[in-house]
Amino acid sequence: MTGRKLLMTFPVTATSHTLADYRARGGYAALAKALHHMSPEDVTKEVTASGLQGRGGANFPAGRKWSVVHLNDGQPHYLCANADEGEPGTFKDRWILEHAPHLLLESMLIASYALQVRNAFVYIRGEFDLPYRRLAAAVEEAYAAGYFGERILGTEFACDVVVYRGAGSYVCGEASALITSIEGKRGYPRNRPPRLTVRGLYQQPTVINNVETLSNIAGIITHGAEAFKQVGTPKNAGTRLISISGHINRPGVYEVECGYPWAKFLYEDCGGILNGRTLKCVIPGGISTKVLTRDEVEKLTLDQKALEAAGSSLGSGGMIVIAEGTCMVRLLQVMLRFYHHESCGQCTPCRDGMGWLHRIIDRIVAGEGRPEDIERMYEISAANDGTTICGMGDAAGYATVGILNKYRDEFEHYIEHKRSKFAGNLEAIAHA
Amino acid sequence: MKHLVPEFEKLKARFPAGFESSLVLPCLRRLQEERGYVSDADIDALAAYLGVPRMQIEEVLSFYTQLRREPIGRWHVQTCRNVSCSMRGSARLLTHLEKRLGVAIGETTPDGRFTLSTVECLGSCGTAPVVMVNDTYHENMSPERLDALLEGLA
Repeated sequence: MTGRKLLMTFPVTATSHTLADYRARGGYAALAKALHHMSPEDVTKEVTASGLQGRGGANFPAGRKWSVVHLNDGQPHYLCANADEGEPGTFKDRWILEHAPHLLLESMLIASYALQVRNAFVYIRGEFDLPYRRLAAAVEEAYAAGYFGERILGTEFACDVVVYRGAGSYVCGEASALITSIEGKRGYPRNRPPRLTVRGLYQQPTVINNVETLSNIAGIITHGAEAFKQVGTPKNAGTRLISISGHINRPGVYEVECGYPWAKFLYEDCGGILNGRTLKCVIPGGISTKVLTRDEVEKLTLDQKALEAAGSSLGSGGMIVIAEGTCMVRLLQVMLRFYHHESCGQCTPCRDGMGWLHRIIDRIVAGEGRPEDIERMYEISAANDGTTICGMGDAAGYATVGILNKYRDEFEHYIEHKRSKFAGNLEAIAHA
Repeated sequence: MKHLVPEFEKLKARFPAGFESSLVLPCLRRLQEERGYVSDADIDALAAYLGVPRMQIEEVLSFYTQLRREPIGRWHVQTCRNVSCSMRGSARLLTHLEKRLGVAIGETTPDGRFTLSTVECLGSCGTAPVVMVNDTYHENMSPERLDALLEGLA
């Protein structure tokens, strides 16, 4: 077991995603409590007091984001749930969308009440088919039951929701690009300030929260901020949905209480490394977070504070386990091809830099690497840091530098000998 | 496009009034479902219906990887080759697919049945490697399971 649970609290069955089952589990009681017994300010206060931090990658405190929105300012406000789950290694929001869509919707209704939102959106990545169908069906159920539309639960509160489907773009998971996409344009990130909570969708105050972040709201309202803070660590309250993949025996989505021992998680809960191999390193929270070696991982607990102290982040919870004998040069090649493909092309350092990095790593893997290539990759990564509109340029640089710092010898070997230090591809074949 | 207008009107009702431009992406997705790509006539009709510039629709079409301006095979076979899928054998799957279908990545079989593509992370890393055929994910794939799958597709 991976500690206490807040979200994955029920057995998944053929009907557990439906409104009937959700209600039988006590669903939509938190909405009734908020609408009938709390003011919008009370709700935001409770969320702030809970210490809930963003689960999409940036760990920003949800209550602080909400507090920027001024109530009764006469402007329309918008709420977007970010379901554009695209950070490689991440597939945890998909679990919520497929198995607990009403938990997300109820939480969005509570957030909309707190933020005086009339129109809410779920921006879901275009490739997600079953998650979309489950969510869209849940929206229709919720409308039919009177949870959306006018006079919700007999109050003055009214709210509509649209499930907005993307169409294939990594960068649209970035909050400002997501907004531009909903506006019906290319998904280009926007310069900030102004913050999106000041001027977001349709130039109005907009709150964008990750699906998992929002899904914690119903529980916080039901049980109170104090109960939420009892779970996890003093600095990182609650749980994290960890989606684990790669060279691991039992990949999947696990709800892990913040502060849970990492070694125990890997070797007991997830069944250890594939094919009896030993652990080499772990990419902890999506490929844009810095890789951590076996020595680092085995000593750490799973909470943001611990990972930050080790120079990385729990990011989006997309954990990729890498076995001994895996070539980090080829692994970085896959990552850089991805970043190059997904650069939206707005900012020169990213548009050109991703292409340069990709060409350099292709050259090294083809046996045509030059001794100066390693330093050049450092330079290009540094030139991206803080010079682009969105964080993608920085993230690609962090990922590159993270691997170069710890596995420089593999790159030097590849360039000098024109082949990998390790045999074969990136799979963990049984032997060794 | 005319027969889709009632559907589009229903969609519009849940958006805040005055922001028809937001319907560009959902309408394009729906139009593409009709014949597998978005035609020039579709663009003209949509521009007129939504009152947005044709250029905006063209920009959206050229930005998102799922939107197409040309027809492709009946079955679009997209293999993920991002990190987790690479670590669980996507390279072997791709080689197998190229050999079995007799086409390279990005090509369509001469009978128009299959188009072979690669795709970036599909958010299905725990069941890697994953292959997406049209809208459906096929998880934990192997060359053998791929063969069985392709045989079932007319």
